[in-house]
Amino acid sequence: MTVPEEWQRLHPLSPVVRGGRGTIAIGILLVPIALGGDKLSSAVPQMIVIAVLIGAGFVSWLVTRWRVEGDDLHIETGLLRRRSIRFPLSQVQAIDVIRPGLARMFRVAELRLRMAGSSGATARLAYLPEREVEPLRDRLLALARGARDDRPETEQPSEQQEERVLAQVDTWRLVVSILVSDVGVVAEAILVGFAIAAVLSPHAAAAIASGGAVWIISAVTVVWRRFNQLYRLRVAEGPEGLHLHGGLVALTTEVIRPGRVQAVRMVEPFLWRAVGWCRLEVDLAGRQRRKGEGEAARGQMRTLLPVGHRALALELVDLLVPDRPRDLSPPPRRAFWKSPLRYRNLAWARSDSAVATTSGRLRRISSWVPLEKVQSLRHVEGPLQRRLGLASIHVDTAGKAVHATLRDRDRAESTQALAELAELARAARRAQATA
Amino acid sequence: MDSVAPDRVEWRTPSPRLLRLRRLEVVVPALLAAVALAVIGAVSGTAAAFGVAAGAVLAGVLALPIVGRRYRSWGYAEREDDLLVRRGVLFARLTVVPYGRMQFIDVTAGPLERIFSLATVKLHTAAAATDARIPGLAQKEATRLRDRLAELGEAQAAGL
Repeated sequence: MTVPEEWQRLHPLSPVVRGGRGTIAIGILLVPIALGGDKLSSAVPQMIVIAVLIGAGFVSWLVTRWRVEGDDLHIETGLLRRRSIRFPLSQVQAIDVIRPGLARMFRVAELRLRMAGSSGATARLAYLPEREVEPLRDRLLALARGARDDRPETEQPSEQQEERVLAQVDTWRLVVSILVSDVGVVAEAILVGFAIAAVLSPHAAAAIASGGAVWIISAVTVVWRRFNQLYRLRVAEGPEGLHLHGGLVALTTEVIRPGRVQAVRMVEPFLWRAVGWCRLEVDLAGRQRRKGEGEAARGQMRTLLPVGHRALALELVDLLVPDRPRDLSPPPRRAFWKSPLRYRNLAWARSDSAVATTSGRLRRISSWVPLEKVQSLRHVEGPLQRRLGLASIHVDTAGKAVHATLRDRDRAESTQALAELAELARAARRAQATA
Repeated sequence: MDSVAPDRVEWRTPSPRLLRLRRLEVVVPALLAAVALAVIGAVSGTAAAFGVAAGAVLAGVLALPIVGRRYRSWGYAEREDDLLVRRGVLFARLTVVPYGRMQFIDVTAGPLERIFSLATVKLHTAAAATDARIPGLAQKEATRLRDRLAELGEAQAAGL
């Protein structure tokens, strides 16, 4: 048993950075006070608010501490409701290093550990000094891998160089892709509508601007967030798994541990298909998306390749899902009556270690699921399907967003596929357990 | 009922008491509604209320065969490496849950189920979509199944 190490605190500037926009707002509040120095008495309410906020931030920093205990990361926080959480490192799915704009100014970074399990806790250490974050991450990854001794400095330099860049997003292509994506088109429609209104009657435009400001701002925010997140996203293969680097103002570095990918999904939106572009995403185990959770939770689906050519995406798929099934077979023609919009895109295939499906109404979604990741199989036969002699098989994984479904297959084929998939998944699990 | 499952599978069914419970769940509300409507009809003297009351009884009677079919659609089979659960008349579902994938097992018994000494066993995997639930097991059988599944799950547990 290792001796527990000393408790450590976060960076003292953490509350300032965590405050984010609030900090900027305080700065703005301070400006008039600083300018009109003689009227200090009138600024007393502002001063009180600021003092309380700073005090609260300081207390939150004071009561939060963390340390590594054996194979666990232990975080204690809270003043009135003291919380002590242990995160078993062996269950880490991915480790992110996140540096928002403000954090970069103060040279600090956030370390975020994504855990498996439906309770889905995410361990956050926000914020740590920038130069300490990467060594700590490498150490945690080494511990997660099962290495007992924590001496990362001996092996670290060589590992750093082994990183092999697999793909990098072209900025120009990213801009174009966002402009023709779903949110992009909505944002453009709003802006164009506003511009037209401004040209035709400036008075109406002013009214729209005041009323629709929320819409305009939110549309711009969504587009901006997507751009900010995906700017110069680089996928690299390292010894500890896949490394993702990217971001414009907020820099993120993610490490996805090998063998933690539950499913891979390739999305080809309708407008992109003409130029042969697609988006590649991987799904990790973790909290399921609940109702009412918005963009932030959806963002947990990891985008490996925000936009790229099919061939490149398929190369990446080959890396993630070795022995990827090829030659997908379409469903029987009568499936058209059950799923007229999807019919063109439906197909599936399996190899000995993975299953591949395609679906989608307007956009085409291809999913790959390694068979050792299959949680359960569901065979469903609805009333219309029974009339047509069809059935579907749902392949459930621990991921959040990928639903691989063998939709509308011939009944005899689906029965056989169910038995085969159950058997192959069992064999794949065995192989993984013995490996 | 034809089975989607591979041959040579021994299907077990929920306790016949579940059928009785499900029938009561249909018949009792129908009768209560009919009686209430009949009383209203008798007090206010409108013939229409009696008609609606008869309709309620009829609906209850017509629902009985559906309840029976739904009861018969339930089934589960313990295979060597996985548990099969089938259910549904309109949407026939068959779920295959490998023992090694089970994270935890719920055994619940609601107030009505307790009167009939029944229990529901629910399996949870890491996937939220897994909907393996077996209602209306005799409590002894539910306990046996829970212990057996837990034991098999432990023996075959696989990482995520």
